[in-house]
Amino acid sequence: MTSRDWSQHPPYICPDYKSSVLRGPTRPLLNLASLYQQQPGSAGELLGKLTDVYQTRSIDCDLTKNGPPGGEPIGERIIVGGRVMDDRGRAVAGALVEIWQANASGRYLHRADQHHAPLDPNFIGAGRAITDRDGYYRFYTIKPGSYPWANHVNAWRPQHIHFSVLGATLATRLVTQMYFPGDPLLDLDPIFQAVPAAARINLIAQFDLGLSQADFALGYHFDIVLGGPRETLADTPG
Amino acid sequence: MPSKPIPSQTPSQTIGPFFAQGLTAAQSDYPFDSIIDNTISGPGQVVHIQGRVFDGEGKAADDAMIEIWQADCNGQYDQENFCGYARCGTGYRDDLHFSFKTIKPGNCGVDQAPYITVIVFMRGLMTHAFTRLYFDDEAEANARDFIFQQLPEDRKTSLIAMGIEGEEGLTYVFDIHMQGADETLFFDI
Ligand SMILES: [Fe+3]
Repeated sequence: MTSRDWSQHPPYICPDYKSSVLRGPTRPLLNLASLYQQQPGSAGELLGKLTDVYQTRSIDCDLTKNGPPGGEPIGERIIVGGRVMDDRGRAVAGALVEIWQANASGRYLHRADQHHAPLDPNFIGAGRAITDRDGYYRFYTIKPGSYPWANHVNAWRPQHIHFSVLGATLATRLVTQMYFPGDPLLDLDPIFQAVPAAARINLIAQFDLGLSQADFALGYHFDIVLGGPRETLADTPG
Repeated sequence: MPSKPIPSQTPSQTIGPFFAQGLTAAQSDYPFDSIIDNTISGPGQVVHIQGRVFDGEGKAADDAMIEIWQADCNGQYDQENFCGYARCGTGYRDDLHFSFKTIKPGNCGVDQAPYITVIVFMRGLMTHAFTRLYFDDEAEANARDFIFQQLPEDRKTSLIAMGIEGEEGLTYVFDIHMQGADETLFFDI
């Protein structure tokens, strides 16, 4: 078994998501970890540490404030936080969590986004954080709007925040999207639906009153579980 | 004794077309800085890596992101003051190349050739794909490399970058083909 548990991840080719048809690899992946079995001690590529390399400033995790100084973005202020852990439930400290998203009206600050909805001069829509000792991260942001896309007629993306996570080693690398509970568009979205049915719940944040701040912002809890090198590789002396 | 339930891995989702504002902002002149850019510095021979990412119809992607991960010039990972990680988007130049300035990695061992791990992300790619870049001027070391040796013969050339002397200096060209007769060999790790 490799670091990715494929029962949880979408396949490369998902016909309902049109771009995947010409972009996903068609030939089987070669199991690199098993090629290393011959000489596991030389797998520096898989074992080299990626945490504690990067540092962020406190402003970096506040998307309501990291735009032009003094400006306030429009929209519903929210707090998104959770714990990054490995797939045995152990905290991943020092992971780099990067997010990007549309503004409250569903528009990205990106030249390729020509959706006819206003940009917000006070919202960049990008942030980053490093997980603490117990694996926790927290962002302040604006609830993103839904936006149309060209996949099919009347196609709309559910509200989502894109996440990139760089954990302890290369094998933990993850890029994903966080969705909001109760969004009617989830049932219609080929990107979300491409995930095996039982695993989809792990992409939906939970409303969390405890994470909310009175008179300020609603909280959404989103835990992230990373894969990682299998024992056979990690624990074999070189 | 009942054991704690094992948490399921968070599913992967495509990076989508709009990652540049967050992940490669400086390259594309968005008003956000980049914590990871397309340069790796350290002692050793400076080289450039460039290439394009082609889809099943041979069209170059303008919305892919490539990350690379490599050892230092002595073939070591985990070295103090050396970060072997970098990233670059394909959409910020007219010709849709990604490009890196780095140093050539050393051998990780007598039976390993120098190589760079390459990770592909893009719109339409549901889960990132890992591949490896080997150098065309290291034919002898490549033949000795115990990973390279185990690869299917007809896929090996897809992992060889071609070195050319360009204006910037030594540049290795590494094009990535997601599909088709030249489909790049991708790894699961
Ligand atoms: Fe999006």
